Amino acid sequence: MPLRLLALLPFVGILVGVAFVNMPFVLAWIVGWIILSAVIMGIIYALDPSNRIR
Amino acid sequence: MNSALIIIFGITAFALFLGIRARSGHDMDLEQWTVGGRSFGTIFVFLLMAGEIYTTFTFLGGSGFAYGKGAPAYYILAYGTLAYVISYWLLPPIWRYAKEENLISQPHYFAKKFDSPALGLLVALVGVVALVPYLVLQFKGLGLIVSIASYGSISSTLAVWIGAAVVTVYVMLSGVRGAAWNAVVKDFVILGIVVFLGIYMPMHYYGGFGAMFDAIEKAKPGFLAFPARGSSVTWFQSTVLLTALGFFMWPHSFGSVFTARDERIFRRNAIVLPLYQLILLFVFFVGFAATLQVPGLQGPDIDLSLLKLSIQTFDPWFVGVIGAAGVMTALVPGSMILTSAATLLANDVYRSNLKSDASDAVVRRLAQALVPVIALIAVCFTLYGGSTIVALLLMGYNFVTQLFPAVVASLLTRNPVTKQGAFCGILTGAIAVAAITLTKSTLGGLFPFLPESLQDLNVGMVALVINLCVTAIVSALTQQGLARAPSRA
Repeated sequence: MPLRLLALLPFVGILVGVAFVNMPFVLAWIVGWIILSAVIMGIIYALDPSNRIR
Repeated sequence: MNSALIIIFGITAFALFLGIRARSGHDMDLEQWTVGGRSFGTIFVFLLMAGEIYTTFTFLGGSGFAYGKGAPAYYILAYGTLAYVISYWLLPPIWRYAKEENLISQPHYFAKKFDSPALGLLVALVGVVALVPYLVLQFKGLGLIVSIASYGSISSTLAVWIGAAVVTVYVMLSGVRGAAWNAVVKDFVILGIVVFLGIYMPMHYYGGFGAMFDAIEKAKPGFLAFPARGSSVTWFQSTVLLTALGFFMWPHSFGSVFTARDERIFRRNAIVLPLYQLILLFVFFVGFAATLQVPGLQGPDIDLSLLKLSIQTFDPWFVGVIGAAGVMTALVPGSMILTSAATLLANDVYRSNLKSDASDAVVRRLAQALVPVIALIAVCFTLYGGSTIVALLLMGYNFVTQLFPAVVASLLTRNPVTKQGAFCGILTGAIAVAAITLTKSTLGGLFPFLPESLQDLNVGMVALVINLCVTAIVSALTQQGLARAPSRA
């Protein structure tokens, strides 16, 4: 469950964040969150026990 | 024949050769033709799942949207990322179930999960209806690319016919294997071209990215941020959410899940694919560069901005290279869409509902026979339609997103949605989308009493809300009916 909460961050950053911030600043904000999303998914992959080789 | 045309035809012939050669060493039975024998590794699944990133939708539609609309084009960059986050949890259980039950298509999944062939039939029909505008936009892009890159010596109409014929031949012979091999070539070619154009155009015309954006901001103040009305922040939020939910609901995206040999492939892809999405930035840069260099394109013509700027900038041979890359972005997704649509009709409409004892060989032959029929329908819509590429894709998305609530419910330990609820929800959602599309309604037009900020919501959201309400009500009623019915055990 905590991993799924972590995965909500990109949704908040992109969908809610854009309303606050509206290189073009909005574009830079979205690009930043895309890179952050990849990092977050990497952390989730590393912590997720179902990815360990059985 | 100019040098641009020779290069475009050369690449098209190579794609055809590669597509046909992909069948060698494989007995083309139904499972090989539709899901590649469930044997694809990380690279192939990655390229098939990433296939939508580099279609004519992004190559021409993305640059055209940036050229014509400005900031609203950013939605194209955002929705894929959120879809990949969702895919981390959504795709592995779907893959496991499909492997256990030996499923080869999306309607097959619905029919098995909800124990309802009627639901499978409905999902197949919704899928085919959604795939047609998606195929139309590939053919439309193909026509634009060949016609412009040949400096008008080949008409857009003739280009559409040639492209449709090439896709039809290699799909009939090789199915999804042909698409997978061409996806490898296509992604490498388009990656190089898009990155080069995205860096070269701003440098060549403005001296750099900062100077380009400064010039645009001076000439068109506010163009690089969302407007207060119309394609506003509310429109962006609702469109990104709607398309992220629908991303893997396309029959061919859902089908590409079945081609994997290991469920961890999806989780690994969820890390890398968001970064792959960033290449789209360079597509936007070309569109933005064209804003002040080839002004005046309006309506559907905004999709021409990348090609018009290229013709103004480069020699014919290099325009041919760009055109050839563009042709690949239409051929590969076009072939995936055709394979999916033909399989839906042959396996999920014909075998599941009309002739349940049809063998795999009969279904495969019927699917192959349907390929030219579907291509012909798409060609007709291409030649007589007038929408922009982005509008066509959003129309398809509104349809496929109607499947999302039922898919999520089917993965829950205790599925709260009954087969009747799922059927009625998807049906009313699809009817709502059709009505909204045909009447060209907007939320402001439908509900003028809503606050201004809500009037810009993507109108597809209305259909999704109707779908959810109907699904919940019908499921509640039919579950009560089941509870009251005497047990047969």
